[in-house]
Amino acid sequence: MITVKIVTFGIVRDMLDGQSTLYETLPADARLEALSSMLAERYPALRHLNALRYAVNAQYANKDVILQQNDEIALIPPVSGG
Amino acid sequence: MIDVQLTDSILDPAVAIAFVSGSQAGGTVVFIGTVRDQTKGKKVVRLEFEAYAPMAILEMEKIAKACKELFQVQKVCIHHRIGILGIGDVPVVIAVSSAHRQAAFEGCQYAIDVLKKEVPIWKKEVFEDGEVWVTAHP
Repeated sequence: MITVKIVTFGIVRDMLDGQSTLYETLPADARLEALSSMLAERYPALRHLNALRYAVNAQYANKDVILQQNDEIALIPPVSGG
Repeated sequence: MIDVQLTDSILDPAVAIAFVSGSQAGGTVVFIGTVRDQTKGKKVVRLEFEAYAPMAILEMEKIAKACKELFQVQKVCIHHRIGILGIGDVPVVIAVSSAHRQAAFEGCQYAIDVLKKEVPIWKKEVFEDGEVWVTAHP
């Protein structure tokens, strides 16, 4: 099993009841897809987002990436800087 | 040369212009973003900006480097502010210098366009009767 850190921002943090950081334990070799499905099941509001992107260790990542112990996964709702 | 900053302090466009200026520069283009007093006719009280800081800095550095590779620009400066901003405050300043004006215009436009799509920074608009995260919903 591996443990990963999840960080949230903006509306996603609101959808996760204000949690800005959480930790999840996943099977070794789990893909980002598995974490994404798990979170969407637990927090159905995530499904209503326009678009949700993910970053692994501060880089945008595809859902087929295999997660590693201590990875930091950011849930990135549509950005609105500038 | 590039300069990228994410700060909770007031932005001074003169600082960005000074960074990109130099004897090789024939022209400098500056984009200054400012907080408007309304959105779709609704009065805005303030904006609250937050960032995934380490990634926002990386993404802004990528934009500045790409800007130099794609256009004939000399120096690129991207400064973004976070925290609580009022009407007229400046959340972003981008300055680009080049030998000739066209590259500076194109480079500056590229930088702000990509910043708005890729850099993990979010703003919440606070109205007199509520608040909303911008672009989170269709």
